[in-house]
Amino acid sequence: MTDLPPPFDDWFAARGWSIHPHQAEMLERAEAPSLLLIAPTGGGKTLAGFLPTLAELAEGGHAGLHTLYVSPLKALASDIRRNLTRPVEEMGLPVRIEDRTGDTSYSVKRRQRADPPHILLTTPESLALMLSYEDAPRIFAGLRRIVVDEIHALAESKRGDQLMLALSRLNALVPGLRRVGLSATVEDPEGIARFLARNPDPCEIVHADPGPEPDISMLEVAAPPPWAGGGGRYAIPAVLDQVRAHRTTLIFHNTRAQAEIFFHELWLQNEDALPIGIHHGSLSREQRARTEAAMVGGELRAIVCTGSLDLGIDWGDVDLVIQVGAPKNVKRLVQRIGRANHRYNAPSKALLVPANRFEVVECVAALQAVRERDLDGDPRGPGPRDVLCQHILIRAASGPFDAGDLFAEVTSAGAYAGLTRAQFDACLDFVATGGYALRAYDRWQRLVEADGLWRLRDPRGAARIRQNVGTIMDTDLLKVRLRNRRAGVPLGEVEEGFAATLSPGDTFLIGGRIVRYEGLKEMVVEVSPKPDKPPRIATFMGTKFATSTQLSHRILSMFRQDDWPELPPATRQWLHLQRERSRLPEADRILVESFPFLDRHCTCIYGFAGRNAMQTLGLLVTQRMEAAGLGPLGFVSTDYATLVWGLEEVRDPAPLFDGDDLRDAFETWLGGNAVMKRTFKQSAVIAGLVDRQTRGQRKSGKQATFSSDILYDTLRRYDPDHLLLDITREEALKGLVDFGRIEEMLARTAGRIDHVRARRPTPLAAPLFLEAGRVPVEGAASEKLLADEAERLMEGAGLQITAEDERRWRAPG
Amino acid sequence: MTAYAFDLRGAALSMLPSGGVWWPDAGTLIVSDLHLCKSERVARRSGQMLPPYETRDTLTRLDADIAATRPGRVVCLGDSFDDDAARAGCDPAEAEWIARMQEGRDWVWIAGNHDPAPEGLGGRTAPEMGLGPLVLRHIAEPGAAGEMSGHYHPKARLSVRGRRLSRPCLLFDAARAILPAYGTYTGGLDWTSPVLAGLMAEGACAILTGPCPCAVPLPRRASA
Repeated sequence: MTDLPPPFDDWFAARGWSIHPHQAEMLERAEAPSLLLIAPTGGGKTLAGFLPTLAELAEGGHAGLHTLYVSPLKALASDIRRNLTRPVEEMGLPVRIEDRTGDTSYSVKRRQRADPPHILLTTPESLALMLSYEDAPRIFAGLRRIVVDEIHALAESKRGDQLMLALSRLNALVPGLRRVGLSATVEDPEGIARFLARNPDPCEIVHADPGPEPDISMLEVAAPPPWAGGGGRYAIPAVLDQVRAHRTTLIFHNTRAQAEIFFHELWLQNEDALPIGIHHGSLSREQRARTEAAMVGGELRAIVCTGSLDLGIDWGDVDLVIQVGAPKNVKRLVQRIGRANHRYNAPSKALLVPANRFEVVECVAALQAVRERDLDGDPRGPGPRDVLCQHILIRAASGPFDAGDLFAEVTSAGAYAGLTRAQFDACLDFVATGGYALRAYDRWQRLVEADGLWRLRDPRGAARIRQNVGTIMDTDLLKVRLRNRRAGVPLGEVEEGFAATLSPGDTFLIGGRIVRYEGLKEMVVEVSPKPDKPPRIATFMGTKFATSTQLSHRILSMFRQDDWPELPPATRQWLHLQRERSRLPEADRILVESFPFLDRHCTCIYGFAGRNAMQTLGLLVTQRMEAAGLGPLGFVSTDYATLVWGLEEVRDPAPLFDGDDLRDAFETWLGGNAVMKRTFKQSAVIAGLVDRQTRGQRKSGKQATFSSDILYDTLRRYDPDHLLLDITREEALKGLVDFGRIEEMLARTAGRIDHVRARRPTPLAAPLFLEAGRVPVEGAASEKLLADEAERLMEGAGLQITAEDERRWRAPG
Repeated sequence: MTAYAFDLRGAALSMLPSGGVWWPDAGTLIVSDLHLCKSERVARRSGQMLPPYETRDTLTRLDADIAATRPGRVVCLGDSFDDDAARAGCDPAEAEWIARMQEGRDWVWIAGNHDPAPEGLGGRTAPEMGLGPLVLRHIAEPGAAGEMSGHYHPKARLSVRGRRLSRPCLLFDAARAILPAYGTYTGGLDWTSPVLAGLMAEGACAILTGPCPCAVPLPRRASA
């Protein structure tokens, strides 16, 4: 084992600590060009990442930047600075540590560029911005190591792609640069390693001891879970008992809206007034900071939270994690469980609370997967090209470049290793000329080539490029503030789309309180406190996770069992009843049930492709039913099934799933879809076609800005082969549309369809009637609805719109 | 073509799905805020390279409206070009297209704030013009009667059965009409904006553009 330099030994000894084996291993392999550490939460990951840096710097004599640390969270950067500064000061090491994020002041940033610290803690966006300066080669001149924290989280988003492109640039500036990745437990360490390493360098992987088996089970609740829905409200008394019995409990929810509702209900039943807080990404920074501080100070017994607490900051004394709602994804569940007992080698304790009867099955399947350490995840696709376009712009802002050199750099990033020169050139052409079939911008090209080097035509363009750096999209959020308290802290944020559905007087939940919507002022939602009215629910943007493919398959194999002694009686009987009345879905066949209900003909399709794909399937299938004259009226989707209701009975479902036809219908449907427009908007901003809108710009409400939807429609009409449409399509398929899962379903079932005709709803289908999120089928389309509505309004109460009218107008029936 | 008929100071007008106004008795087609050659101006001034097809798209719709109504006169209510330099830099094929549409009819470019002197592309120019009981100008004047103008790009935002709609719209009351922007690359000013509320009287209506134009009362208060 490598010896620690003396000050470290003394420091560890003085505290009675000893170095973990994986920390020692990181020191030993410090010279590896790429090194990935996989360690459970609380495994001393960060220190493991920094020990080699501190050891190298302990000698003194290093001038300039030595180690760059990148994390996905600003808060993590400043947290680490504090945690690292203490041992450095106590050991008297000659090391300067600073952080640099969007919150760092301009003067400090300037000084950091002129005189960088030894260790700089930053985010992917701040790093990209630093690389856009002409003096980047000088800033990074002495750099030896880069530490990427929470790399498993970064790898799931475009921020990670941007970071890896930045690393490719850094490696070109400083050839000997070593890369270190710190990751939580993941299903595919090699995948993360490929993502981290400079292609084709190898990447060594250090596995920390995964620690003892987690203590994980289902929460025992007296009442059976409801048939449908996602709140978990039925379990609140049992959850409160658990909170009472533990020091600190984290109560995870899958969506922000569910967290808000649960928090609200929890307080209504919290007779002991246990101090319980709430934390999610839509709350204001100030409010989250207050909750975090109360947590660190040990003032809270529980926090109701969402994925915003999935990462990072060490909050000590959590001894129980409760997951409300099916975990959807085993890997995330394992990472969440790790939040409990943030101490190495202590078992984490966790309880699952299925929110409805079907989720009981899913929770049991997830428990089995956790015990077998069988994690899930989708393989990473190729690096997104909109991020590449932005990288080319950033490169141009920092100075002239050779296209061949840049191509070589870019393809050294694992995610872009498969990028062809033609694809790269198309991105460069788009950035330089717009890439349109109509060559309209010869005079105004953004980049021009001279003497074999590409450069900005107008150097002033660099400032604009810097303003648009980043891949995070938050422009659709509006701040929520209490009226008449302009200086007061904002309560949080809601989606602009949600704000648009509000009328004065409407109530909604935010930050655990009910507020009344008063109006919109300068793009701020103004509210007043209103604790006495039942709230409407805020529809926060928070991602709706789909149940993973692997978990879906586990559920389907559970269905093959003759009996289910591992399930609670209510759920067990339910499955037996389904087998008796119809049949249970199977992995290699699609089960379709038809039955009449309330004057409607209903069709239930069990595809087990996850919520997003089942939603897409619903849209496609109803479109075909419409064409076949079956008069579909609407549908609703869950992770496992889609229920369609309409005027005519489906007698032969097979044609609805014909693969080639379905693909054709999909292509047609996709083009005009709102998902595409939303995706286009994001890619257009990232690729630099349109500017990122800041809040300040939106506040001024200038009429000159027009919707990116218009650009999308124009491109589709006049330049359908344009690069950005191609990128949009690729991105949309990965995300909300999730057609890949439909393809997976079609492949595994290969046209084998079981059609069961029943006289009434089957046991498995019945809960679907209670699901929220019904989608009406647009047979008549908006024009007709609008015409009817306009007529009614004009005939209404003179020409004045009363509040009552307004309400009916918004949601008639 | 479905159009929405309305009356302004005795002039029987109808708004076409495109947002243009057809006045059969005067044989006149009125359009506002074409903002032709906008992408060229944006590229020149900011370096952004938007899809350069908006002029083609706007002219295609204008051509279709002319073919459908066969007007003796076309009046463009100002901001026909995104600026005077944009007009000078107009693509020759598009200039020819405009000339072709002008053949055999009176064509009036009203001056706008973007294009104070819209000369050099055929037709005649005017700061404003009187036509029968109406006066046509770019920016509405307080207290005017029988006025048609553009400039503000009014846009309606409403929810119908939970579905959000956002459409350019024409506003009218007994005294005036404010036309929607006709150009493809044009944003909109929310129809509840105070400046529009200040111009339009109680009881004003909005006619929404789209395949079947229809009228709704203009909401009087700020909404989301």
